[in-house]
Amino acid sequence: MTQSDTDIIVIGAGPAGLSAAAEAARLGAAVLVLDENDRPGGQLFKQIHKFFGSKDHRAGVRGYAIGDSLLAETARLGARIELGAVVYAIYPDRRVAVITADQRRLLLTPKKIILATGASENALAFPGCTLPGVMSAGAVQTMVNLHRVLPADKTLMVGSGNVGLIVSYQIRQAGGKVAALVEAAPVIGGYGVHAAKISRLGVPILTGHTVKCVHGTDRVEGATLVALDDKFRAVPGSERDIEIGCVAIAVGLTPLAELALMCGCGFTYIPKLGGHLPVHDDNMETTAAGIYVAGDITGVEEASSAMEEGRLAGIAAAEALGRVAPSEAAALKQAVWARLNALRTGRFGQARRDAKERITAEGRGAHVV
Amino acid sequence: MRILRHPILGNLDEQPPVFIEVDGELIPAREGEPIAAAIIAAGRLKLRHTRKSGEPRGVFCGIGRCTDCVMTVDGQANVRTCVTPVKAGMKIVTQGASPEREAQE
Repeated sequence: MTQSDTDIIVIGAGPAGLSAAAEAARLGAAVLVLDENDRPGGQLFKQIHKFFGSKDHRAGVRGYAIGDSLLAETARLGARIELGAVVYAIYPDRRVAVITADQRRLLLTPKKIILATGASENALAFPGCTLPGVMSAGAVQTMVNLHRVLPADKTLMVGSGNVGLIVSYQIRQAGGKVAALVEAAPVIGGYGVHAAKISRLGVPILTGHTVKCVHGTDRVEGATLVALDDKFRAVPGSERDIEIGCVAIAVGLTPLAELALMCGCGFTYIPKLGGHLPVHDDNMETTAAGIYVAGDITGVEEASSAMEEGRLAGIAAAEALGRVAPSEAAALKQAVWARLNALRTGRFGQARRDAKERITAEGRGAHVV
Repeated sequence: MRILRHPILGNLDEQPPVFIEVDGELIPAREGEPIAAAIIAAGRLKLRHTRKSGEPRGVFCGIGRCTDCVMTVDGQANVRTCVTPVKAGMKIVTQGASPEREAQE
């Protein structure tokens, strides 16, 4: 890893980061992608379901296949990926501090930085929530789909967003049982098509229910479920016990925005998108000039929109470096925005689009650092 | 338990297992998979005890952030087993106080 020839450092080799790297490299920028994990792709390779959207969004293609083609694209275009590389600081002068896989400490000075660090899953507090076997739904999904390990014969899923619904289905595909899926809200959070698939398999979806407590000594052995009233208060006498060995928690994600905070980026707070988010403009540039963001760090959505945001950031960063004429860049960005807006339609998408427009409205022309 | 057959991913490729030693017990693993995956596949979810009260903990986040899965690997303490790949012959020890040990003290 050398620094002298790096135009753009992308942090995170998930769908957003790889897309950003591919786009910037295509336009002639020297791109280095850093990722702390020992394999690239972020969470794409555990996505064994077919993606939604239109043909432009690779709909109908399974996540891991999209991951493969993204890796091939970045390799073909000459973006370098450095794995096992932990970025632990970005200094005010934009130096990027890295610990490499072989434990070297480096200070890199790229001209532009794209933060594509993703998000982490939320925990949920209840008696027994620390017992071995209570895992984030994403961790269960990684174990099952990537490592081919089923944590327990029977799982309780908590949360009916798309993650909860899809991972429930994937546990069934892998031969596991889902004793129940509980959702505190009175309605299912995710897409009806995903909910219908697990309903057809006989998985009870209990809306207006939550997990009261989990029991066991050295591991999860069972759980007590309880009904909730319209003010989310437990309904006395509604408790019931189930036998399970794993509790999967699918109650949302929080953007991993620490590096953006270090850069002094301006933030806004939008609970619907995961909480505190760096403000950005239509180029995905934050209020800290030269620092771009893409993917879940800008508000939790899904991989398809993360990839489009990555492409935007990549084009914009290359444009800022003079690698592409403004008129050509404008056309490229317009095409990405059209695809992005097409993803953000419908009952769920429109709400995300409205929320995202609050971010860009704050971000436009707000370079203060 | 191992998922040997899968409708989308197909059959698990048959690679000869490597062995790692976990608290003195040899368990089979797939080279390169996270240590935690091998231990969970062997039927064990508890990976550590908390330092003071000796409560059991296992994998929560699976992406190396929560550090609930740390174990001592080849003498190195606090290794995140959910993101550290298996190498043949690793010696892994559960860390933290165990309730039994506390009772003895």
